[in-house]
Amino acid sequence: MNRKEKALSQAPRVAGNGLIDRRVFLRRGVAGGLALAGGVAGVHAAGIGDNARRWQKEIGAPMSASGSPSKHVEGKVQRGVLKPYGDIAPGTGVSMTPLHELSGTITPNRLHFERHHNGVPDIDPDQHVLTVHGLVKRPLTFNMAALSRYPMTNRICFIECSGNSFFNTFPEAKALSAGMIHGLLSCSEWTGVPLSILLEEAGIDARAKWIIAEGADAATMGRSIPLSKAMDDVIVALYQNGEPVRPEQGFPMRLVNPGYEGNTSIKWLHRIKLAERPVHARDETSKYTDLLPDGTADQFTFAMGVKSVIIRPSGGMTMAGNGFYEISGLAWSGAGRVRRVEVSADGGITWADAHLHGPVLDKALTRFSMAWQWDGSPVQLQSRATDDKGRVQMTRSAWMAGYGPGQRYHHNAIQSWVVNELGEVSNAYL
Amino acid sequence: MRIYDQSAFIARSLLFSGLAAVAGFAVAAQPGLGKPVSPADVAAIDISIPPSGEGLPAGSGDAVAGKAVYAEKCAACHAQAGKGKPADALVGGIGSLGSAKPVKSVGSYWPYATTLFDYIRRAMPLDAPMSLSDDEVYAVTAYVLSLNGIVSETEILDAGTLPAVRMPNRGRFNDRSGVR
Repeated sequence: MNRKEKALSQAPRVAGNGLIDRRVFLRRGVAGGLALAGGVAGVHAAGIGDNARRWQKEIGAPMSASGSPSKHVEGKVQRGVLKPYGDIAPGTGVSMTPLHELSGTITPNRLHFERHHNGVPDIDPDQHVLTVHGLVKRPLTFNMAALSRYPMTNRICFIECSGNSFFNTFPEAKALSAGMIHGLLSCSEWTGVPLSILLEEAGIDARAKWIIAEGADAATMGRSIPLSKAMDDVIVALYQNGEPVRPEQGFPMRLVNPGYEGNTSIKWLHRIKLAERPVHARDETSKYTDLLPDGTADQFTFAMGVKSVIIRPSGGMTMAGNGFYEISGLAWSGAGRVRRVEVSADGGITWADAHLHGPVLDKALTRFSMAWQWDGSPVQLQSRATDDKGRVQMTRSAWMAGYGPGQRYHHNAIQSWVVNELGEVSNAYL
Repeated sequence: MRIYDQSAFIARSLLFSGLAAVAGFAVAAQPGLGKPVSPADVAAIDISIPPSGEGLPAGSGDAVAGKAVYAEKCAACHAQAGKGKPADALVGGIGSLGSAKPVKSVGSYWPYATTLFDYIRRAMPLDAPMSLSDDEVYAVTAYVLSLNGIVSETEILDAGTLPAVRMPNRGRFNDRSGVR
């Protein structure tokens, strides 16, 4: 055992099965190590090219008008597509963000999850208008040219499909990756016009309590949203991470409802009707409602719950031998900021506080990490988030007991990954 | 030339405060680039049908007529008599929701018949949305409801009768919106 290995093996443990106080890495000498004098200086008899890589000695690719990922990752780092109805409804389904292939908190636009109810429409922005009507003093339309002149706001927030993590509501734990289980979740910087400005311009009738927002896709999908939310922080987004919103994210414009179930962030937004009562659309009655054990169902459960998932290591990965790892994951809450994330390596017997990587933003993804010395024995990894409203992520069994059979929405229970003695990581129900 | 303080456009704190309620209005600057739209142009795109039935179009249909439309336009996905697969089942499960094997269908779960009309009219059939006439939408709605024993085969649905249909699961949803 060398000096650095010894330091790790003796590092203070914060919980069972090798969780370490990360501050050991902040002390000089443990992580940095000693820089060894390398090579023999000044001997280049055959020219320095002999010691260089090919790509140091050839002209590289020229500038390009639009970039793309490295060819070494492009085919690997992709969304996971599910089409439950197959070819009979190819535009109805989901594609999942490959969370396990990504880091940080911002989702690359090409990998933002999708949930379409009848495909991605091919909208001509010059023909597209947003109409605001109903209980307003002046029904108005806004075309793209007009909207692009309005005051805009930037908002970093997650969008999570209400059905995210539905696989973990099934009776048996599926052997899937973190992305395939939890990847109906993405986080972007959205730029657009605060909806409140447009509603004010139309003049809100005092009777109005809801907006009914509708998209111009082949499902003409709509949702009722409380007017109080619409006036608080809802954006008509024209840009996503700096570029025009992509077709599969709602080009030319979409609603972004921070913290609310993703289905309410209407893509291809073309109509907003102010009303006294909700319309009770198909996607807020038949779907996106939560069946309870007594046979009644909760409706309009908009805010996504407090939640966290360990992303590294996670399902389908194999550990590269004993020793040091940084456990890393994502935490978020539809009600506010993440206040705390705890990690357990012994199936929830002992817990230690993870490090939260700032900035910890309201209704946005937060990255957390935990130092870990794996000794090669089987462990059960879990994370548990608490938000600034004091809500704590619950166990899967507690979550399941709160709903009727077959409930697939709003699953925010603790994820368990087991690591076996071979280092194989898989989804498990503990 | 005038340069504005951008906060002039944000009225939300004012609007939702008690102050606004007392004042009766909120004062915010408006860019004023929205274009007025006529009631006729609004009516042409307003396809929302709430439980009150407001906005239901003229026309009518019954289950007998709807059965023929269903066979031609719907059965390929929803199967004969709404049994489902590959798409959702439209029948069955009435009374099952609190059991160990709840079955959600139009008959057992949907709280309002107007939602069925609204959804078929805007989104069905999946491969040709908005292709049905209003009479056909009323008829198919009547057929699906009759399969569930909610209306009779000869009951005519129209703008007057549809909102009066009482769905079995009406009143079994808990409104968690917080809006009063």
